[in-house]
Amino acid sequence: MILKHVLIVIGVLGGAMSASAGLVWLERRLLAVWQDRYGPNRVGPFGLLQVAADGIKMFFKEDWVPPFADKPVFILAPVLAMVTALLSFAVLPFAPGIVVADLNIGLLYFLAVVALGVFGIALGGWSSNNKYALIGAVRGVAQMLSYEVFMGLSLMGVVLIAGTFNLSEIVMAQKHMWNVVPQFPGFVLFTIAGFAETHRTPFDLPEAESELVAGYHTEYSGMKFGLFFVGEYLGVTMTSAMIVILFFGGWMGPFFPPIVWFLGKTFVFICFFILVRAALPRPRYDQLMGYAWKVLLPLSLLNLLVTGAFVVGGYI
Amino acid sequence: MLSFLQGFWVILKHTFRKRETVLYPEEKIYLPPRFRGRIILSRDPDGAERCVACHLCSSVCPVDCIALQAAEDETGRRYPEFFRINFSRCILCGFCEEACPTAAIQLTPDFEMAEYLRENLVYEKEDLLISGPGKYPGYNFYKVAGLAVGGKDKGDGENEETPVDVHGLLP
Ligand code: SF4
Ligand code: SF4
Repeated sequence: MILKHVLIVIGVLGGAMSASAGLVWLERRLLAVWQDRYGPNRVGPFGLLQVAADGIKMFFKEDWVPPFADKPVFILAPVLAMVTALLSFAVLPFAPGIVVADLNIGLLYFLAVVALGVFGIALGGWSSNNKYALIGAVRGVAQMLSYEVFMGLSLMGVVLIAGTFNLSEIVMAQKHMWNVVPQFPGFVLFTIAGFAETHRTPFDLPEAESELVAGYHTEYSGMKFGLFFVGEYLGVTMTSAMIVILFFGGWMGPFFPPIVWFLGKTFVFICFFILVRAALPRPRYDQLMGYAWKVLLPLSLLNLLVTGAFVVGGYI
Repeated sequence: MLSFLQGFWVILKHTFRKRETVLYPEEKIYLPPRFRGRIILSRDPDGAERCVACHLCSSVCPVDCIALQAAEDETGRRYPEFFRINFSRCILCGFCEEACPTAAIQLTPDFEMAEYLRENLVYEKEDLLISGPGKYPGYNFYKVAGLAVGGKDKGDGENEETPVDVHGLLP
């Protein structure tokens, strides 16, 4: 029993890390495909060993802490960014029984841990003592805070339907119909919030390399920068997995074993993340904030209200 | 919202487009003869060095990467004692080729000059000199220069008339 648990932990950790490493390659390859290029195709078969090459490069780059930075916080920030991204993998149910911690408040735990992710950005930008990093961090904090509000609210519809915060039970509750059908607005809202939470294009304003050098990680190099990067890809994987669990029936599906279904659906959403990066430009900062508070928040409240009415009326 | 979906569709359609990338080492593009790449020193049709060590190329060079030393052989013909181009500085602008009065220095369509050691990018005269006339096959500077030089007296060149004897009385 304990052995099984340890194996699951190791498997999830290893899977998450290798997925985020593979994403480095996948993203570059897919972006290239959609921009009529080839992308990395030299190192190993299909350029797959590019990941290893990148890793080696990261490790051997000079690990530079600028003299004007706040040293302890500067070193801590990338660790935070990655650890918070990893923590949320603990509650993801990959298949029946394959979950690190089957918490009965799994969804709340997920929201809480995702909210912690802002510290990596905020502290990284602040301790860098660089104005671009600081602007990036401020944007990051404001963006994450405002998108978190309706991220939580957009999921409450799912909770209302399933009647539980436990992620495995939420998946089980979608036996007859995937949540994406009755909760379509919730799905759209959560996806948008997920993009903002992982600060991916079009919500990559904390990074905004065209205006802010590299935003909050301007001063980072070597493996510290790598940690931020891995954290971002972990976030993408985690958000995709979350979309699948909450709206697309998790591991459910005919013919194939559950884990295959889960990974396949997650992969589709990861590709969607990359497609969005290839397709959409970055909005202006005030547009981003106004959009969150004036459009998305009222919409998620409305969605919650309507869902609540249906549930109370006994239609769902 | 609709425009977003249209955007996704447009991007997705690019999956099956022809790639723009040329897979370089396997596949090479055509470089026109006037491409400005690796620099050579050419010879005239008789096989003699064209360069007359006039220093025009080294003085026009915006990054000062040409170094040469002028010398003169026993027949009065000038030539560079050494001729050195530092390709780690050269910006392949082609000014030297334009400045050269004898069409000696020429840029060629070859850019594959990568080296592991920086010193190896300094080319000496032996590396630069080729055995042919390059882009100007028939051109021989001394034949049109009107100058008396080894083996060729005044008036022996192309389109030259024998010089008028200004001290003589005959027309
Ligand atoms: S190409 Fe330009 S930079 Fe290079 S040697 Fe000639 S003049 Fe100098
Ligand atoms: S290469 Fe041409 S310009 Fe340069 S010294 Fe020789 S003759 Fe003069």
